[in-house]
Amino acid sequence: MNIQVNGRTIEAKRGETILTALRRAGINVPTLCYMESLLPSGACRLCVVEVESQRNLVPSCAFPVADGMKIKTHSPRVVRARKTIVELLIAGHPDDCLYCVRNGTCQLQRLADELGVRERRYAGMKNDYKIDTSSASLVRDPAKCILCGKCVRVCEEIQGVSAIDFINRGCRSRVATAFDRGLNVSSCVNCGQCVMVCPTGALREQSSVKEVTDAINDPNRIVIVQHAPAVSVTLGEELGIKAGTDIAGIMTAALRQVGFDRVFDTSFSADLTIMEEASELAHRVANGGVLPMMTSCSPGWIKFVEQFYPDFIPNLSTCKSPQQMLGALIKSFYAGREGIDPRTIFSVSIMPCTAKKFEAERPEMTQNGIPDVDAVLTTREAAHMIRRQGLDINALTPETADTPFGERSTAGKLFGATGGVMEAAVRTAHFLLTGQELADLKVHPLRGLEGVKEAHVKIGDLEVGVAVASGLKNAAALLEQIKAGRKDIHFIEVMTCPGGCIAGGGQPLGTNTDSVRRRMQALYDIDRDGTIRVSHKNEEVQRLYTEYLGKPLGERSHHLLHTHYARREAMV
Amino acid sequence: MDFIQRESCGKCIPCREGTRRMLEILERITRGRRNETGVQALERFQGMMYLNRLAEVIKDTSLCGLGQTAPNPVLSTLHWFRNEYEEHIFERKCRAGVCRELLTYRIDTEKCKGCTACAKKCPAKAIMGTPKSPHYIIPDKCIGCGSCVATCRFDAVIAE
Repeated sequence: MNIQVNGRTIEAKRGETILTALRRAGINVPTLCYMESLLPSGACRLCVVEVESQRNLVPSCAFPVADGMKIKTHSPRVVRARKTIVELLIAGHPDDCLYCVRNGTCQLQRLADELGVRERRYAGMKNDYKIDTSSASLVRDPAKCILCGKCVRVCEEIQGVSAIDFINRGCRSRVATAFDRGLNVSSCVNCGQCVMVCPTGALREQSSVKEVTDAINDPNRIVIVQHAPAVSVTLGEELGIKAGTDIAGIMTAALRQVGFDRVFDTSFSADLTIMEEASELAHRVANGGVLPMMTSCSPGWIKFVEQFYPDFIPNLSTCKSPQQMLGALIKSFYAGREGIDPRTIFSVSIMPCTAKKFEAERPEMTQNGIPDVDAVLTTREAAHMIRRQGLDINALTPETADTPFGERSTAGKLFGATGGVMEAAVRTAHFLLTGQELADLKVHPLRGLEGVKEAHVKIGDLEVGVAVASGLKNAAALLEQIKAGRKDIHFIEVMTCPGGCIAGGGQPLGTNTDSVRRRMQALYDIDRDGTIRVSHKNEEVQRLYTEYLGKPLGERSHHLLHTHYARREAMV
Repeated sequence: MDFIQRESCGKCIPCREGTRRMLEILERITRGRRNETGVQALERFQGMMYLNRLAEVIKDTSLCGLGQTAPNPVLSTLHWFRNEYEEHIFERKCRAGVCRELLTYRIDTEKCKGCTACAKKCPAKAIMGTPKSPHYIIPDKCIGCGSCVATCRFDAVIAE
């Protein structure tokens, strides 16, 4: 079917919206509330276009195409309407762009510029709202909220958490938690997906840049940084490199320039996690433990289970997440080996995640009152620190991470994408149970961006059912199946964010399906080209076991690398 | 407009923000000059300049029938009673006698019996006169509350 747009004929498919047809044809119509994978909400009215025979302007995001439709996307009437809408938004918006965390990345700012808004035409009352800084991970500033509703929808429709929703009506409506309490006591799991979709500065991470800077500037502190598997393939985007480029070496060099004393790779402790987790699975299978076992790397998922599915707490692996494992080792094994007082160590982690900030503050994640990890930076914050240091990353020479926690297998690197933990676990479990390596290390059904992936893997005589879910709503659906009596699944990997850590809440803003796919491919390429592709062949991990930990699930592992969970009351 | 603004659900921007701004613009031109600052006077003119455009966009882009019809009274009065808007802005007068702050009050000396009821009621002590002879309103003191009109039993107070 054909439609006419601005006098030009373009092709359209029956049943699709005008916006989809326009975007395919390369005609850009601005939107603020449109979300690719979800039903249109039609709230922002910025995507309006003029359709012949329609009295009013129609929202292109929610209007189906019809054969022979005549559309004007940038007529004076349409542009005037869009400009007026942006002016209306700005009328009630704070005037603090210069101090705003989203200065330069704000979509409202960009639209105002695009439409040529140069004065405040509709002066009037502004809403006086309080900022919510109660959460360990996120900051909410309702004054900057334009009520596009994306955060509400991602929280409810993708994550199934529904921690926030609209309250009140008309010009008094705003987004708030249940009973308008702080985010810290709400059911929020800190995943940060709301930050990723927020067009303005109304949602942002709780920044730790200042703490980290202070620690770096303190000569009495040894500042150690670890970076997550998903960071090296995304950090570049924040620094102007195209999506899906691995800059691990350059990042290490840059972090040293910023002032970190040691740079470790969290992929090392990802390997360690696999050793512990695969052993735990083998132990549970052999001793009739609670099955299916579920991964525990993703802190948003942990809080989700504690709140909404406390019956499944025994199913969660007791392993700490790689971040916390490495944090614990730095302040115990490493401090002991190097003769450093653990109290002088300031342990920083760079994570693609906002929930990790919450995880690091959990009271279980301490030894003798010393937190395993002192501060968590998101990928965005890390990029900010590198930019602030005035570093040109194109001019840096790649460096290798410090020993002993710098060596990793490519299986540990796979932790960054959905299915990666499972793939790494399957490789090692196969070796632990049969003594032989998997014939084809690539486990095809576990790759890709689907929300739920399942596979039945032959390990010796045993057929192990494994499932992978990303996005908490998908995970909840899987849990419901298991509640209903499904028995063929033995091991479940869950990542809170849809796509895994590469699409985490701390990743560069403007993340879309295309960039996530590229990041995923980058991780797969690293695995394809790697020399050590299984966690159990990581020599430093093996040495750690012989020198310090003993054996997986041993006494020391139990104290340092494992944790426990508890039911949480949540306001729903 | 106040009604519509209160009924707006708040989902779409033109209705949520637009009706609120329209109400503000309209309220500004009904307010008296007594305490108006220079900036407020400018805002009063500025608002009127954009009222028509704002009303049209709200009508054109709102999501539901409420927003789409909300500006109709404004648009039709702008069309048919434009001169009254102009009087509000330039002459600061409301010929319908609805915008209380814009009214000036005087006492018809023919009708006033000098009963002093209005002078006693006046909260600003703006009415002068001796009993049994016609009273006067001092315009500078008058706050335009209209209580004299309500009090007078002889229809001697004229608001215009």
